[in-house]
Amino acid sequence: MIYVNGNPVQSDSKPTIRDVLLRLDIDPDRAGIAVAVDSEIARRGVWPTQTLDDGAQVEIVTATQGG
Amino acid sequence: MSVSSPLVIAGRTFRSRLLLGTGGFTRMATLADAIAASETELVTVAMRRVEPGTDGSLLDVIAERGVDVLPNTAGCFTARDAVLTAQLAREALGTDWVKLEVIGDERTLLPDAPELLVAAEQLVDDGFVVLPYTNDDPILARRLEDVGCAAVMPLGSPIGSGRGIANPVNLVLIVEQAGVPVILDAGVGTASDAALAIELGCDGVLCASAISRAIDPVAMAHAIRHAVLAGELARGAGRIPRRTHALASSPLEGMPEFAG
Repeated sequence: MIYVNGNPVQSDSKPTIRDVLLRLDIDPDRAGIAVAVDSEIARRGVWPTQTLDDGAQVEIVTATQGG
Repeated sequence: MSVSSPLVIAGRTFRSRLLLGTGGFTRMATLADAIAASETELVTVAMRRVEPGTDGSLLDVIAERGVDVLPNTAGCFTARDAVLTAQLAREALGTDWVKLEVIGDERTLLPDAPELLVAAEQLVDDGFVVLPYTNDDPILARRLEDVGCAAVMPLGSPIGSGRGIANPVNLVLIVEQAGVPVILDAGVGTASDAALAIELGCDGVLCASAISRAIDPVAMAHAIRHAVLAGELARGAGRIPRRTHALASSPLEGMPEFAG
């Protein structure tokens, strides 16, 4: 099990960050998103290769309205 | 007409002294029109979790208007979270500018000074152009400048309160000592508050709720743009000193004397 934006996501094998984005219907090539894994920034270049361990806490963020 | 020097932050020159927050607009079309009406060149955004299936309409609107984005760290209570949020914003948006917010509690949304200073120093060291939302505290403003912030952004009054500039004396103290731009951030309720900020010496004004939550946001964007210009002209023109007693503007000599 990994956790994406606070929600549990079942994972049988070690998915990459890109795998998780695609599974959640988030286009990995879309501009304006960023990812942190266990409170560390995961730069866009590592998304196809960086795998996620069981229990990983993934945050996927984008810009929203705010002052 | 007196024209003062333009707003320059971290070597970048802005034609407009007005920064616009994108929070609170209920429709993207209204935000787009308000950006145009304000003539701002820099708009703030927050960083939040992606909602799967949603598109990037906010960033599209900002890009279509040809303005730049200034991510904030709104909602962060610790230096650690603010630094991480700024780093995520840099990755997502490709900018190393950040409006740094580290708040102390949800009731007041006032800055947490010790955490703010720690976060500012870390972000400057990490190469960010840091614009901190700060209390109207001249000492804290000086400390933020000392650690390398590119501007200081003191509040006029709490975020979203619309109470204007609660402590103009402190604001002037901050302006007098600052070697970086001072941008009034938070508290503006209407156009006159923005004009006063510039008259008091601020280099810029950031407005969000005052525009987005006005009954007619686009009209208020126009009004505040003009207020900022009016404040700049008035500051250049030089206000008259305040007096305890009246000073007649009509001559005292030559008064007619009426019989009876």
